[in-house]
Amino acid sequence: MLKNRLATLLIWLSVILISAVFVVLVLDLVRHGWAELSLAYLVDAPLDAGRGGGIGPIMVSTGLILALTISVAAPLSLATAVFLTEFSSKNSVFSGIIKRSLDVLASVPSIVFGLFGNAFFCVYLGLGFSILSGGLTLACMVLPILIRTFSEGLRAAPDEYRLAAAALGLNRAAALRHFLLPTATPALIAGLMLAIGRAIAETAALIFTSGYVDRMPDSLMDSGRALSIHIYDLSMNVAGGDSHANSAALILISLLFMINTLSSKLAYHWMHKRITCL
Amino acid sequence: MKSLLIEPDRHPKDHPGQERSYTLGPLQAGPPCCDPQTLLSIKNLSLSYGSTPALKNVSLDIYQGCITALIGPSGCGKTSFLSALNRLTDMIPTCNVSGDIHFHGINIHDPKQDVLNLRRNIGMIFQKPLPFPVSIRRNIELPLREHGIDNPTESDAIVQQVLSDVGLWAEVKDRLNAPAQALSGGQQQRLCIARALALKPQVLLMDEPCSALDPISSAVVEDLIQRLRGRYTIVIVTHNLAQAKRIANYAGFFWVSDRAGCLIEFGQCKQIFESPQHELTAAYVNGSRG
Amino acid sequence: MFLSQTDKHLSLWLRLCTLISATILALIIMFLLAESWPLLKHGVLTQFISDESWHPAQRLYNILPMLSATLLSTLGALTLATPLGIASAMFNRYYAPSFLASGYRRIIELMAGIPSVVYGLWGLTTLAPVINLWHPPGVSLLCAILVLAMMILPTIALTADSALGAIPVVFHQTAAALALSRWGTIRHVLLPLAKSSIGAGIMLATGRAIGETMAVLMVAGNVVQQPDSLFDSVRTLTANIALEMAYAMGDHRAALFVSGLALMLMIILLAGLAEINKRSS
Repeated sequence: MLKNRLATLLIWLSVILISAVFVVLVLDLVRHGWAELSLAYLVDAPLDAGRGGGIGPIMVSTGLILALTISVAAPLSLATAVFLTEFSSKNSVFSGIIKRSLDVLASVPSIVFGLFGNAFFCVYLGLGFSILSGGLTLACMVLPILIRTFSEGLRAAPDEYRLAAAALGLNRAAALRHFLLPTATPALIAGLMLAIGRAIAETAALIFTSGYVDRMPDSLMDSGRALSIHIYDLSMNVAGGDSHANSAALILISLLFMINTLSSKLAYHWMHKRITCL
Repeated sequence: MKSLLIEPDRHPKDHPGQERSYTLGPLQAGPPCCDPQTLLSIKNLSLSYGSTPALKNVSLDIYQGCITALIGPSGCGKTSFLSALNRLTDMIPTCNVSGDIHFHGINIHDPKQDVLNLRRNIGMIFQKPLPFPVSIRRNIELPLREHGIDNPTESDAIVQQVLSDVGLWAEVKDRLNAPAQALSGGQQQRLCIARALALKPQVLLMDEPCSALDPISSAVVEDLIQRLRGRYTIVIVTHNLAQAKRIANYAGFFWVSDRAGCLIEFGQCKQIFESPQHELTAAYVNGSRG
Repeated sequence: MFLSQTDKHLSLWLRLCTLISATILALIIMFLLAESWPLLKHGVLTQFISDESWHPAQRLYNILPMLSATLLSTLGALTLATPLGIASAMFNRYYAPSFLASGYRRIIELMAGIPSVVYGLWGLTTLAPVINLWHPPGVSLLCAILVLAMMILPTIALTADSALGAIPVVFHQTAAALALSRWGTIRHVLLPLAKSSIGAGIMLATGRAIGETMAVLMVAGNVVQQPDSLFDSVRTLTANIALEMAYAMGDHRAALFVSGLALMLMIILLAGLAEINKRSS
């Protein structure tokens, strides 16, 4: 009986501790970052290494890197996921090897992606420190996440649809287009949002690929500073940059929160719509 | 029968001069079953999943225009047998099929056989109604479009025709764009039959089409199957012996021996139920075994 | 498997894309090896643990202090986060009233979504000064352990949560029928059932802690030394790469890629362990 009580007490204590730490963290960010926040902060260029001004060009670079990442990784992942779930048998050696390699890829540390991106995209392919290099590096990084969520989404589509479609003499391509992909759409969206969230939070993989330059980028070949790198740089390398670092962190977290909420709303809405009016 | 590929619109010569339309006759039509003509001929069919045998040496003929019922206990390979006929077994990677199946005298395992066309000619109805998660109309239109019928006027006409054939038109004509999954179980099953009919199949394979339905829906679907006799060749798997007795012209009795399914007896329905030759059949139809 | 003509074409394209996806890991390992080659070709791997210290300018590349910093901070973070994470999951599943459970789960999910650079910022501006009051310099192994623990806690909590959620209800019913106490049920029935899934979550978290760069870089102080106490500043393998990559040339650059290889090796080892864990369950 004593053990039972003790366990309950310890569990409640841990939960209170964790919640308290979380609340303190969020309050700290808001308290330190709130003062500088304004619309101008979002669009202005940074001044004095970021101690003044805003984060306009940084937002643009971040957006470009993200867009590039998703537009490269999403089609590749979808194709891979479709191949693994619909066109290869579960026991085939080929798909077994691919699944293993994707599992390992998913746990590769981001700094190693940074090293690879620097060696492969920046130096070997000669893209230099650029938004292109950064976006491609992040695409490699989110690929396993996308493939996993996409595959799970497709696998969740009932096997009966595949059988019924085949019994009607439909080919696999048609079954995919008409039933399997639409059924998997909420999962596809959720996967995309997860990947965007992961990419937008990433720092280490970008330091040596997309670089530090905080000017407005003219093209994808320009170096561009992502929001997370801005936070890092302000807090570590710029004396007196802490309050602006906190503002940027606040914006980054709000963005992530919005993506998170949007994804669950979208997935829900889509599911709802399919059931009622398609 | 010169070409290897079965063309969907070729009329079997057994229906001379008859325009193939979607309207079902009022009731029975087609050749009488005392003059059986083989449409599907199965010889020494064996089937296994990996190294586990499921079916051994089954040979039987399916006659044109008749209803053939397959009865027997669960797990004796009736469903596997059915899936082998339209090569749905191809979907299961571990499944091996050996033996010959001839459709119109043509081997369906011939490498030149267009499987999609074969499946168009041999439709299948599953135990659980499987409407796609789209509207009633789209459920019928999608397969049509994939088979090259994309003219809206034509496909609308077909939709109306097949829905009327299955007796669903009056019930759903005002809500063709409603989701198919909102229909009741019996309606869903009839929609699935209509969807199969839209492709003008010659054979319909039915895997316990009534067993997931309530008694009233089940009776409606059973009536429908009766009305399809003659125009279509039907192979139906059923656990409901009374139903098999009511609707079938021929019956085959499957049993498990040596851990694999095999065909014990095949013959006219009346004979199987009233004077079975094999003692297992007699025991099963009289309800003392299985 | 039968494929129609359309499907054959599609399948070909898909196979090509799949090959590209699968090549990435191979490319990463290849480039790590190629870039480390200037140092590896001498064949003296012992130099990375026997050199006097890490002084790239004098061609001394001892990565042992960094390696031990990585292992110590990971170990410390696991010691803290594992019990807390499992406690969180048990709270969600068995202790919390339903309105609290969903709110608390949301908190954990949000914690999982906070970027590492933000944890680093908070550690640097809030946590480190507090530790500094207690025992300078503040930025230290302890600070790194605390921040890492916060970062991997959600991973452990969420995987343990879903592992506990996957246990069939009949076990609860059986335990209840035997009149076991709540803790007794959890300790002797439910936790053993979820053991291997929770283990998988812990391994995932370990990988994350080993590979974490930004947060550790910002709070650990980055002095290359073998720590004597929790309050010493340390530099992890990952932080070392992030700090020196910007100006490293020649052999120095190669040495950084060697530490990248060392990280990969640990990750692959962990993946192997996870595989064994999966097979044995």
